[in-house]
Amino acid sequence: MKRSILKPTHRNWLILALIILVAIVILALRWEQTVFWLSRYGIVLRQATVTGLLIGGVYGLVAMGLTLIFGVLGIINFAHGSLMTVGMYLTFVLFTRYGVDPYLSVLITVPVLFGIGLVVQRFIIHPARNAPEHNQLLLTLGLALFIQNFLLVLFTATPRSIRLAYGRGETPIGPFMIDFPLRIWGTTITLPKLAAFVFALALAGGLYLLLQRTDLGKAIRAVAQDRDGAALVGIDTQRINMITFGLGTACVGAAAALVLPFFFVDPLAGDTFNITAFVTVVLGGMGSIPGAMLGGLIIGLTQELGVVLAPSSIKLLGVFIVFILVLLFRPQGLLGVKS
Amino acid sequence: MKPLLQVHDATKHFGGLTAVNQVTLALDEGEILGLIGPNGAGKSTLFNMISGTYRPDGGTVRFAGEDITGTPPHLICQRGLARTFQIVKPFANLTVVENVMVGSFLRRGRVQESEQRARQVLEFVGLSPYADQPAHNLTTAGRNRLELARALATEPRLLLLDEVMAGLTPTESRGIVSLIQKIRESGVTLLVIEHVMKAIMTLSDREAVLHHGELIAVDTPSEITRNPEVITAYLGGDHDAPRH
Amino acid sequence: MTLLGRIPRDYLILIGLVLALLTLPSFLNQFQLSIAILILYWALLGAAWNLMGGYAGQFSFGHAAFYGIGAYTSTMLLTELGLSPWLGMLAGAGLAALFGIAMGYLTFRYGLKGPYFALATFAFAELLRLISSELKFINTSIGIHLPLTGGDSWQRLQFEDNPQNYFYAITILFFVGYLIKISLVHSKLGYYLQAIREDEDAAAALGVNLMRYKVTAVAISGGLTAIGGSFFAQYFFFISPELVFGVPISIDILLGPIIGGTGTIWGPLVGALFVTPLGELTRAFIRTPPGFLSFIEGRSGLDVMLFGAILIVVILFMPNGLVGLGKQLWARVKR
Repeated sequence: MKRSILKPTHRNWLILALIILVAIVILALRWEQTVFWLSRYGIVLRQATVTGLLIGGVYGLVAMGLTLIFGVLGIINFAHGSLMTVGMYLTFVLFTRYGVDPYLSVLITVPVLFGIGLVVQRFIIHPARNAPEHNQLLLTLGLALFIQNFLLVLFTATPRSIRLAYGRGETPIGPFMIDFPLRIWGTTITLPKLAAFVFALALAGGLYLLLQRTDLGKAIRAVAQDRDGAALVGIDTQRINMITFGLGTACVGAAAALVLPFFFVDPLAGDTFNITAFVTVVLGGMGSIPGAMLGGLIIGLTQELGVVLAPSSIKLLGVFIVFILVLLFRPQGLLGVKS
Repeated sequence: MKPLLQVHDATKHFGGLTAVNQVTLALDEGEILGLIGPNGAGKSTLFNMISGTYRPDGGTVRFAGEDITGTPPHLICQRGLARTFQIVKPFANLTVVENVMVGSFLRRGRVQESEQRARQVLEFVGLSPYADQPAHNLTTAGRNRLELARALATEPRLLLLDEVMAGLTPTESRGIVSLIQKIRESGVTLLVIEHVMKAIMTLSDREAVLHHGELIAVDTPSEITRNPEVITAYLGGDHDAPRH
Repeated sequence: MTLLGRIPRDYLILIGLVLALLTLPSFLNQFQLSIAILILYWALLGAAWNLMGGYAGQFSFGHAAFYGIGAYTSTMLLTELGLSPWLGMLAGAGLAALFGIAMGYLTFRYGLKGPYFALATFAFAELLRLISSELKFINTSIGIHLPLTGGDSWQRLQFEDNPQNYFYAITILFFVGYLIKISLVHSKLGYYLQAIREDEDAAAALGVNLMRYKVTAVAISGGLTAIGGSFFAQYFFFISPELVFGVPISIDILLGPIIGGTGTIWGPLVGALFVTPLGELTRAFIRTPPGFLSFIEGRSGLDVMLFGAILIVVILFMPNGLVGLGKQLWARVKR
């Protein structure tokens, strides 16, 4: 009987370490070229790092919503991105029709998306609770198709964007006057990206506190851990399901308003974020809230650095390679617990 | 004659807990060995190590003279060591006969032969009337028999039974007891975990008692009931004192 | 009804069906025939998906990977070497099967199941789409136009004068595909796959080599899917990474079996019979709506929107698909 000395999990890390080692050796052998290349691309790399981290905060927020829904309801929500698109159009309309500042419109998009989430869970997901597992996935898929094309009918495929009246030159931030775009260490940071990052992190922190500190949060975590047990101690699990789905979609409601000032919206705009969020969630460990944020930052970095480092012009390529590597080497995610 | 199954120093840890600690055990061809012990004594863990579901952290398992330690379950089954599960796992959306065919395919690749064999086995365990019904229609007693039938259909030399009488009425249990005796008469060696003490006492030639993961006694049923260590283990434990 | 009595029945249905199909071109007009072609084509792809997603229970959300491999392999062999698409099809099927073996081995080895597995297949398909968009020798994201030689040629699988030949071609592929499916389902492999779907531990305890049979299912499913991809290339004369590796293909492939009924022989065909005309009808409806609805004329998106809504309704009210619903009703009638 042939037997391996290493446990399979250790073997994975060994393979990974070997790959990294080989990469380092290659770099060392080509040291002069590497130094030349680094000096030439230094600023580009720094800029990519900063941009990656900033956008990564938003990815983290979107992924938190997705992971929350997965953790409690066990569903991969394919409509998550489409719901984000709804939030983006809502922000767009509020801004162009009524002149509502996008950062203020968070106060509208979050409750609206929360409400949509409640309705979707109650009338689409809940009725299929006893059906085969993949049916719920397909329901969210059907919903995604419906929403995408509903928005296509309403707004056509033309990409739309909004422009803030402020954010260039001296801008009052609280008591301070700050000159935007910020220039730090050779990199450029624009107000919309910085604001998105700061707000996304703040909201993510708020959600985390809600889950850790409040009774509602405790109930949600109880259901995620042990549905039957939670029901036994008197938690209304269906109510928790609804609220969780609402909270999950509320996350994309916020993210939608935050990205619009530097992004665009078309009927598929949110789905780009959702594909990234799939990767993020798997990376961070399905169901892990801090993991989602960490994963978001890593994916943001991978995406931006990937474009600089690889010849490919496609942002997502590096992301998918990371995705498959994680699936193969650490399917429970970075912070996930092995079941 | 060499024993059919030899477990030597088998050990399994879960985190800090030692579920099975250096258990050594041998089974002769043709015998029925009962494996008893309070809940959490490590009986199912030992089963899982023998059948390949768990890899032992230490020790060896030899079957028919060959080392099978850490061999994956399907290869162990192919060698002629079959098992049932305590929580029965019927293929719910297949019919009863199709369930058994999955077992009989191991020795017969053709559908007709496999089905023929499956129907024979169903006749043997008394499930023929339900052969063409979906497995999810069966009662608990029916499911336990199906679990047995499937394992039998792989034509094992050694069969591990994990509480096949769980949840049955006394009458149903008696039916299973005589079925197990019939299985032994057909030349199959059996290792049986059972909670229903009366059943195990009448069935087994010898009994092995596990307590806190350690083997504390192996003896004939009548000697076991007089063994002071066994009595303390059961009375000291919270559950399942041997009853007659 | 005994099992023995059931085995030949599916073969008989298939033969009867194909014989009936062969007479169809004389009854149908051009448009109807084109829909019939699409139905058979989706039924073939659905059957391929069903082997893996329905029988083996390994839910794939990335069958576009196999489909695209098929489309590109036969097309490249045709344009570069002048190889007949029939042979190209086989090469594509072989390549897709190899890809399936590699993908299956890697994912199953790490114990990916359910949602994780679905996401992994999705990622593999997306990866192929992104990589193929960059590859120069297959003309990057621009795509490839298949050379038109004019006239009809069975060897080149091109029919400009008599489109009904496409119907015969897809009927042949449909027949072969379903023949393979039926014989697999009624073999040891078919039983093993269903056992794996129902309970992996129990299957392993009965001597089933999980890895071997799951990977086999992925390989066969992938190979058959690739054949569908090759046919598409020959029928549409244009392929691009977006078109053949895109997410919509993965979705369209699984819709038929899901709506028709997973894990059944005829479910994918029933599903395709339902889904394909529905898609065509909604599209036609939106092209030329009745007077009072004239404002929706030409609005792109309405058809797919309607489709999404129907998908939701179908899954909510027929969780086991049309075939499952039919069986339920039949059982009620008999009682």
